[in-house]
Amino acid sequence: MTHFLVDGKTYTAKPDDNVLQACIGAGLDLPYFCWHPALGSVGACRQCAVKQYAGADDATGTMVMACMTPLAEGARFSLADPQAVSFRASVIEWLMINHPHDCPVCEEGGECHLQDMTMMTGHAYRRYRFSKRTHRNQNLGPFIKHEMNRCIACYRCTRFYRDYAGGRDLDVFAAHDHVYFGRHADGALESEFAGNLAEICPTGVFTDKTFSARFARKWDMRGAPSICVHCGVGCNTTVNERAGEVRRIVNRYNGSVNGYFLCDRGRFGHGFVGAPSRIRTPLARGADGKPAALSSKDAIASFAAMLRAGGRIIGIGSPRASLESNFSLRVLVGQGNFYAGVSAGEAASLRLIAQVQSSGAARIPSLREVERADAALVLGSDVPNAAPLAALALRQMVRATGFALAEKAKIPHWQDAGVRTLAGPLRSPLFIASPAATRLDDIAHTVYRAAPADIVRLGFAVAARIDFSAPAVADLSSGDAALAQKIADALLAAENPLIVSGVEASDPSVIEAAANIALALRARQKNPALLLNVPECNSLGLALMTDGPSDVEAAFATPAALAIVLENDLFRRAGGEALDPALKTARLVVLDHSQSEMSLRADLVLPAASFAESGGTLVSSEGRAQRFYQPIFAESEMRAAWRWLGEAGVAAGRAACETWNTEDDILAALAKTFPVFAAAPRAAPAENFRVAGCKIPSEPHRFSGRTAMDAARNVREPKPPVSADSPFSTTMEGFYGKIPPALLPYTWAPAWNSVQAISKFQSEIGGELLGGDPGIRLLETRADATLPYYTFIPNPFAPREKMWWAVFLPRVFGDDEQSALAAPIRARMAPPALALNDQDAAMIGAIPQQILAFEIGGARKNLAVEIRPELPRGVVGISGVPAIAHALPAWISITRPEPGAT
Amino acid sequence: MLTAEAEPLDAALRAQIADLAQHAEFSRAACTDALKLVQKRYGYVSDRHLDEVAALIGMTPAELDGVATFYNLIFRRPVGRHVILLCDSNVCWVMGEAGARAQIRERLGILPGETTADGRFTLLPIVCLGHCDHAPAMMVDDDQYGDLNPERLEAILDRYA
Amino acid sequence: MEKPLTAMLQPDGQPLDMAGYERAGGYQALRKALTMQPEAITAEVKRSKLRGRGGGGFSTGRKWEAVPHDAPRPRYLVVNADEMEPGSFKDRLLLEQTPHQMIESVIISAFAIQAEIAYIFVRAEYVRSLSALARALAEAQARGYVGADILGSGFALTIHVHASGGRYICGESSALLTALEGRRPLPRSRPPRSAQSGLWGKPSVVNNVETLCCVPHIVERGADWFLGLSRCADGGTKLFGMSGRVKRPGLYELPLGTPLIEILEEHAAGMQDGYQCRAVLPGGASTAFVMREDFYVAMDYDAVKTVGSGLGTGNVMALDDRRCPIGLLRNLEHFFAQESCGWCTPCRDGLPWVERILAAIEAGEGEPEDIETLARHVDFLGPDFTFCDLAPGAMQPLGSGLKYFRAEFEQHVNEKRCPWHESAGGWA
Ligand SMILES: Cc1cc2nc3c(=O)[nH]c(=O)nc-3n(C[C@H](O)[C@H](O)[C@H](O)COP(=O)(O)O)c2cc1C
Ligand code: SF4
Ligand code: FES
Repeated sequence: MTHFLVDGKTYTAKPDDNVLQACIGAGLDLPYFCWHPALGSVGACRQCAVKQYAGADDATGTMVMACMTPLAEGARFSLADPQAVSFRASVIEWLMINHPHDCPVCEEGGECHLQDMTMMTGHAYRRYRFSKRTHRNQNLGPFIKHEMNRCIACYRCTRFYRDYAGGRDLDVFAAHDHVYFGRHADGALESEFAGNLAEICPTGVFTDKTFSARFARKWDMRGAPSICVHCGVGCNTTVNERAGEVRRIVNRYNGSVNGYFLCDRGRFGHGFVGAPSRIRTPLARGADGKPAALSSKDAIASFAAMLRAGGRIIGIGSPRASLESNFSLRVLVGQGNFYAGVSAGEAASLRLIAQVQSSGAARIPSLREVERADAALVLGSDVPNAAPLAALALRQMVRATGFALAEKAKIPHWQDAGVRTLAGPLRSPLFIASPAATRLDDIAHTVYRAAPADIVRLGFAVAARIDFSAPAVADLSSGDAALAQKIADALLAAENPLIVSGVEASDPSVIEAAANIALALRARQKNPALLLNVPECNSLGLALMTDGPSDVEAAFATPAALAIVLENDLFRRAGGEALDPALKTARLVVLDHSQSEMSLRADLVLPAASFAESGGTLVSSEGRAQRFYQPIFAESEMRAAWRWLGEAGVAAGRAACETWNTEDDILAALAKTFPVFAAAPRAAPAENFRVAGCKIPSEPHRFSGRTAMDAARNVREPKPPVSADSPFSTTMEGFYGKIPPALLPYTWAPAWNSVQAISKFQSEIGGELLGGDPGIRLLETRADATLPYYTFIPNPFAPREKMWWAVFLPRVFGDDEQSALAAPIRARMAPPALALNDQDAAMIGAIPQQILAFEIGGARKNLAVEIRPELPRGVVGISGVPAIAHALPAWISITRPEPGAT
Repeated sequence: MLTAEAEPLDAALRAQIADLAQHAEFSRAACTDALKLVQKRYGYVSDRHLDEVAALIGMTPAELDGVATFYNLIFRRPVGRHVILLCDSNVCWVMGEAGARAQIRERLGILPGETTADGRFTLLPIVCLGHCDHAPAMMVDDDQYGDLNPERLEAILDRYA
Repeated sequence: MEKPLTAMLQPDGQPLDMAGYERAGGYQALRKALTMQPEAITAEVKRSKLRGRGGGGFSTGRKWEAVPHDAPRPRYLVVNADEMEPGSFKDRLLLEQTPHQMIESVIISAFAIQAEIAYIFVRAEYVRSLSALARALAEAQARGYVGADILGSGFALTIHVHASGGRYICGESSALLTALEGRRPLPRSRPPRSAQSGLWGKPSVVNNVETLCCVPHIVERGADWFLGLSRCADGGTKLFGMSGRVKRPGLYELPLGTPLIEILEEHAAGMQDGYQCRAVLPGGASTAFVMREDFYVAMDYDAVKTVGSGLGTGNVMALDDRRCPIGLLRNLEHFFAQESCGWCTPCRDGLPWVERILAAIEAGEGEPEDIETLARHVDFLGPDFTFCDLAPGAMQPLGSGLKYFRAEFEQHVNEKRCPWHESAGGWA
């Protein structure tokens, strides 16, 4: 630790901090704009000016920008120096020259960093008497609103969007006080990280458009710590609720996981919670075959009757349901009758991932560790589409070389522009092997484009070149062999080598190949990190509690009398030909939150609570168990699936269900049943968490309108809703003080109303939260881990005459079932497509947009042609139709559609 | 007035730009040169041409326009057949640039930033042309003029039909 | 009096071609340089006390030394020929009329720092400079002075001539590098210094045209000779410019350290009849006014500082008594406000405010607080407060203007009019 003096008082900070960071970390209120902990310093805004003194006798000092000044032992500074105070006030005054005085109608108001900084510097009186410059705004698509007149030109937006996230359609235009931040022309922002602009921008230029329609001030919304349910990364989110509606989702800082950011799927995908497709009451199929509403009591009675009726009862779980709901179903139907309910292919991949990752042979990196890798291989995976925040972390990883150079040149890591200048075009080695282009290719050292089988072979070859005892690949082309060698060398030379693959590669052998590389590195005394993406928010959690054949087809292989399907549309997991016969014979109970093909087939539908009406625990691809808490407490018939199961179980006389009073009861039972889940109950405080007998208020301290919110229907003051199963009170009453990090309902600190208040909750700026980053890792490396090399190496890909190897190409918008129900996400979903190599297309005379037909899993499909020259010949990519992903990869033949088809 | 919006870049120019990009150390280093070639040929850089140039040198339109709009001498809107760059910096200001500006306004009816109705001239202010020993100074297209006075200015303008 | 930089100027203003330049002794310095150790050239340049002629006045030898010996390749030499400092026209003369001197200077300097690639960054309006350079470069290439294995020395050099898109900030050396990379030319933060990490992250040295043009002469005739040229502690001659209402405006190559009064009265032959000189900007728009009582000052880096200004580009502009000093300040600050790159707050948003206040005062709409607001800007747009030196440069004339023309400021504000109003709109 380094000691430094500010206005006569001694503070400590990390020696490699800059002065701004050190001051903020020390709890001092020093204003800033262009600096951001994740983006580093560039010294543009000049807001963080302080006086620095050269030695004990220096009384005058020099003005420095704190963000650009390295800390040194004993260094002396002043924030209170009159010139520094006055200069900082002048900076705000300059920024305010052109800033409109529209705080009352600005959606940033109340959580605006500019407002905070203005208050902090004391600038209050307007002396500038000339006209303001004005700008035209742009339509930036469904996610982000643009109000350029509010711009203070801190350059954060482009630094995040371009430099940090790799976007190339947002830029700075013009010069002097005309600088304009926007797109070249109106149009949706292309980057899947665009939503972060709303939080990165310190004022109201970029705001959440989806929130705008149902806007409320920050202080008027309840907050709940939550976990994103839209992919397997497990980003931490805060859900903001008012009047029984999810109003928005914002980032919740977790230093080990998503840091300061979210992807747009996660931020804007919550619309399914309040969508018309939402199931709000129990439904039973009536005599006329149509579903009709019934009371919860009747629903439970009817469900219990089915449970008692006897015959084989199967339970099909869900990778998007909580550990609690899945486990309660497993208990209800019995271990042997519980199935994971994913497609056969996915089940195989997930089984492998569970096997590899729980073996303890390789480190599963947190995203923070992904950022710190210094060489990486992406094998078969399309990370930006499948696990967006992992891609964002990989984008930072390539900077390791630049940081190393900077360290040698004594340029501090936070000196962002300096480090980037020094690095120039140099990047740490990132190799990407995937059949189609990915949005990380621009930073890749080498991109390997091939059919999945060849990618698998490359992976095995890399492993064999790292460790000669790993199974070798015969007949590798000389080019592939050289590449394998190059990758092997780079991984071996690295301090922190990383291998990334995932279920989205839709080939289990790719996971085996990735595992072999990790095992080989381990054999060479390296400490490899192996990140294996899983598709859904609890895919890994579910995989860890199932073994043996567990896919949908296996579930229905033996006839069942009753099938209980938990939060799962099985028609996305298997073809109708597999499901239809089984569903004809079995009675069907579906617990879900949204209508689906599955719920339409059910005899009984129970309205399951979504993440917005219940809590629960999920396991991310990092193997991190994380808990989400209930944000909406309004009374409704929707309840957590495990509750429906428990109540029906009790009614049916199942003793096990009688002990299920809270999520924690189930989690405890799960932890007892599976050693791997032993730590899961420690992921976050339990429902009965109290401080001095108090709950934590979910409403902020200035929440207004509680008595009026419902006034259109009822002028009497409503009773606040109850939150029996929650550590949160539903009001602003409760404990204020040091709250465990997993329970932060919002971040707010005196004088810091914006998201930047998070600094006050971190143990070090940009590091862990005070009290540790939330969640608990279930799978750690073990010295005694034994995992033998995988040995099955596929043959090279051989194109077939008139047949095509069809692979699924993931898409960030649309593939996820839940977010695809949200209107803003729908607006960004590209039409489904059948992608062909240009030469292949020419060979069969296909042109872009032309509709072609193919048969898959017994069904005929028509899709529009997209030419993607990078695809390997003989391979076609299918995207935008997630419901047929389960049937891929497969050989298909392509024909012209039958007349009249669309 | 020349409006280049409709035409695609001509093939020779495309080839020339592609060549520039290829020979630059990093292709985007060729971007100002490429924009200037387009401007030389079409008078200004239209949106459409900007998109084409961007594609040729591996930049996005946003990246290229961010650069283009920074500069004084890359025109992103149509200009007249002849561009008058009238120095408005200090020496010329001392030496009577205001007179030249007034005379141009009188004769051509345009203020700085404007184009004559017949599309013949666009008048733009320019920073010091480095012709201070002959102030007031101006350029018309690539031609440099100094020691301006009422008669000289008339005669110069006459030269550009 | 020796005038090495301008010795080869032709009466007709046309540049010498290769044959003419060689006949006049051109490229002899190059031949000599190639027989020397690169470090020896740098040492000689350092000993000659050649200081940067681009405005900064940094020791050229020391700048060259800063390129680390083990620096990665390629290395770059970049010539700053952006000359956009208002009132400066010296580099233009060298480029237009002595392009071979420029090319020879580049080759020798590149050899000294062992750069394999050189860029000459020329402002776009310098059409004649660009064509003169292009012609000279082609001739030099044809003659084997530029290219692979120059004159059998094993040294290889590529030279590119780049025309700017036009922005004053491109003259700031780090912004210039960014411009060459095809990005928005914003200045860069230091560290790293360009010598360590410049163009595309590689070591780069940026020098002004006039600075580099001294180098062949130093190589050929030695540091002692160069030191002997000046009338001060630093070495060499300087291209002094004289503009404004003087009888003989133009450029004069004179010993560094020639007194200002001598340039004004002897070389430029004094003011035109009927005009008095009230003050001068001694080295471009980014230098503070020097008032009559200080005209005795020697025009060298250190001496001009003693009268509160700077040598800048050494191109002097006279402000006569028939022009409003507030109007001139408004004109200057308009320039700076327009040419701010927009990166840092004080410069981007402070300068337009300054300009508008000056315009208001000039228009008779000034308010008493305005002067204080201007003074605050002079303080807060100074060095350390802003990101680069553009705004501090802009504050040089304003700060001195507030000091020397206080009475005029107050007169404008009090009388709510410009006393020079009549002469503001016309040719006079
Ligand atoms: C705003 C600004 C504009 C500048 N313009 C020029 C210029 O046009 N030409 C130039 O040689 N130096 C210019 N400079 C100075 C350069 O940054 C740099 O100091 C110089 O090119 C170094 O060369 P020298 O050491 O040979 O003088 C400028 C500096 C600033 C801050
Ligand atoms: S530049 Fe700005 S934010 Fe930035 S902190 Fe420093 S000056 Fe600051
Ligand atoms: S001031 Fe106009 S040419 Fe110099």
